Amino acid sequence: MATTKLGFIVQRPGYKSENPKLALTHAIASQSVEIYLNEGDLVTADIAFIGEGVLNCKKDQKAMETYDLSSTESHIKMALLLDLNVLVCREDLERYGMTENDIVIDAEEFGADMTVKVVPYAEITKMMEEMNHLLFF
Amino acid sequence: MGKLTIGCFASLVGSLNLDFAVKLSAAAMEKGHKVDLWVSGNGTMISIEEQRPFKDYSSLEKPLKELMDKGLNVTACEACAEARGYHDSNTLKGVKRFSMDWYLGSTFDADRVLHIGGE
Repeated sequence: MATTKLGFIVQRPGYKSENPKLALTHAIASQSVEIYLNEGDLVTADIAFIGEGVLNCKKDQKAMETYDLSSTESHIKMALLLDLNVLVCREDLERYGMTENDIVIDAEEFGADMTVKVVPYAEITKMMEEMNHLLFF
Repeated sequence: MGKLTIGCFASLVGSLNLDFAVKLSAAAMEKGHKVDLWVSGNGTMISIEEQRPFKDYSSLEKPLKELMDKGLNVTACEACAEARGYHDSNTLKGVKRFSMDWYLGSTFDADRVLHIGGE
């Protein structure tokens, strides 16, 4: 039994490119990776939004109305529902004049227990050090 | 010898990141390493057959075929490909198509993972 830990680091803003959403869909795919692994082996996914990437976490996104697309916000909520660890850099949020009140924090409507954690960058660095591999989006 | 998993999300035309990924795969294989190449997003463009080579655009069908003959394992994200109109029927022979969990599965026993994001 072994575990490979992947860190998904999102540093690009949403909707400008496909990257942030692909980060989330790939991280969510960690929930079905077992079909490629031996019994007991795991691949886990932690997600961190840093730099311009924190803009992906803005709540009340109108992606469906604007682009006819599911929103990045809904993907973050799905990640929470699947118990993925989602971190947002506090300093980068503050750079954009944003607080926890401006971003998606939970997915209670889906029944998720996990919440987004707004943390200092130092804590994101610590998470990255604990990962086996880092994937930057 | 080790295993390298490369994920590339950049397009075949409009970026040279896929060229880099394929050349790096070749270099790693020459040194005896096993390489898994995952293409997602616009990177799935590399999976289409009958690419017409022009001197002004990247053309990777020929080197990719040669590398697959030598054991390069290439898999395209099925949803990303289908969204772009790249179907099983026009996929380059030898390129596999799976969902995103294949990439994560490949990272499990990889010695190194090199993730090259999109544009």
